[in-house]
Amino acid sequence: MTLDKNSSIVNPFAIEAENVSLYYGNFRAVKDVNLQIKARKITAIIGPSGCGKSTVLRSFNRMNDFIPSFRVEGGIVFHKKNIYDSDIDPVQIRQMIGMVFQKPNPFPKSIYENVAWGSRINGGKGNMDDLVEESLQKAALWDEVKDDLKKNALTLSGGQQQRLCIARTIAVKPEIILMDEPCSALDPIATLKIEELMRDLSSSYTIIIVTHNMQQAARASDYTAFLTMDDDRAGVMVEYDSTEKIFVKPEKKLTEDYITGRYG
Amino acid sequence: MVRETLNRQIHHILEETLLLGSMVEQAILNAVEALKTRDIKTSKEIIDEDQIINDKRFAIENAVLILISTQQPVAHDLRILTAVLEISTELERIGDYAKGIARIVIKLDNESIPIPIRELSRMAEVGVSMLHRALGAFITENARQASQIPAEDDEIDELYNQVYRTMVNAMISDPTIIDSANLILWAAHNLERTADRVTNLCERTVFIATGELMEIDSSYDEDMDASS
Repeated sequence: MTLDKNSSIVNPFAIEAENVSLYYGNFRAVKDVNLQIKARKITAIIGPSGCGKSTVLRSFNRMNDFIPSFRVEGGIVFHKKNIYDSDIDPVQIRQMIGMVFQKPNPFPKSIYENVAWGSRINGGKGNMDDLVEESLQKAALWDEVKDDLKKNALTLSGGQQQRLCIARTIAVKPEIILMDEPCSALDPIATLKIEELMRDLSSSYTIIIVTHNMQQAARASDYTAFLTMDDDRAGVMVEYDSTEKIFVKPEKKLTEDYITGRYG
Repeated sequence: MVRETLNRQIHHILEETLLLGSMVEQAILNAVEALKTRDIKTSKEIIDEDQIINDKRFAIENAVLILISTQQPVAHDLRILTAVLEISTELERIGDYAKGIARIVIKLDNESIPIPIRELSRMAEVGVSMLHRALGAFITENARQASQIPAEDDEIDELYNQVYRTMVNAMISDPTIIDSANLILWAAHNLERTADRVTNLCERTVFIATGELMEIDSSYDEDMDASS
């Protein structure tokens, strides 16, 4: 592994997509995307269904590797290295760049074991109490579960399960947390709790969130990237700017049409 | 076409704002005509009708708040709606100026004093013309036109100075008319302020079109106004 972890001290960007095109077989799903993600900020990726926003998100921690026909052109630069270079270990990438999914997916084990899991598979042994408490605290779940850590995680509510998944992600000490529509299965109150949690976490972590909910992007993010589909159905970046700019006075008419609900 | 509900409701709010604008234009012209003809009956009607202007302004404000709460407008839609909040307030205040002039007509009763009505009528005419075109620029989102209108304020300021000199001279030559002559100065002041409100309205049109919140230079000097 040759990642220079100190590079982020001077680099304002946590991760950068440079002329990235993403393919499933012969189909180009995303073309020529450039995206510089600011460190310790929340960046939202929005766009109509099928525009490739989840594909872009998944390319940030090589989650697409599991799809046999998947291919990437261009570079995803993280700590000065292209994460798709042959000498990069994708497992380490996924440890440093965690992901929270659309549906909460806790393991059918205790709350405690769910959080300790990442550390255990990385060789951690024995007493993980401090790590579990710290992670659950950061995920704003500790107060609700501290007396029931041995309880099966599946007994938690959907919102609690999602925060548990965030605690599980945090426990392996990532730098970046990718969130793929993390609130789409949650009720409005649980959704707002996750958004507040994202805001707290953004002081320590870089967060990239894909969301269908434009108001969520407006409420919860610092930067917004708008992707849409080109004529050949490949996803292209239309506009990327501060969330305030995108939702008050976007540069592009396509962006305006999309965020005002008149297109897409 | 999606968002037809939002489109329709914004359209309705814009129509109501234009209607409010034309009510206010008419009120100013009627008030100055009443001053010219010393028509107390019409003046009382103008004062009564100001309540309709006030109610319409609140109805517009309420419609905007409901739309913001229920439809989550953003970007251009939100800029229009927040601009309407500001513009309807400005229009309502211009309506108050008309009411103020109508009150002056009643207070003057039929006291015989020299009124520079030619200058006052011209001030009303120019002010209403500016307002009318400012509303046109607003509805067509013509930032260029909107940013040119405030400069016409110069003529109104000059007329205001003329009225001021005329009335001060009249007061010097006949101190018994000081109270009444002062009322005429207030009428002129209301007309001068009308043009300033039009400038604010034009600034909102520039905001809708460009997203820029900026003051448009007119010759009006707020410091002088505060000290006078």
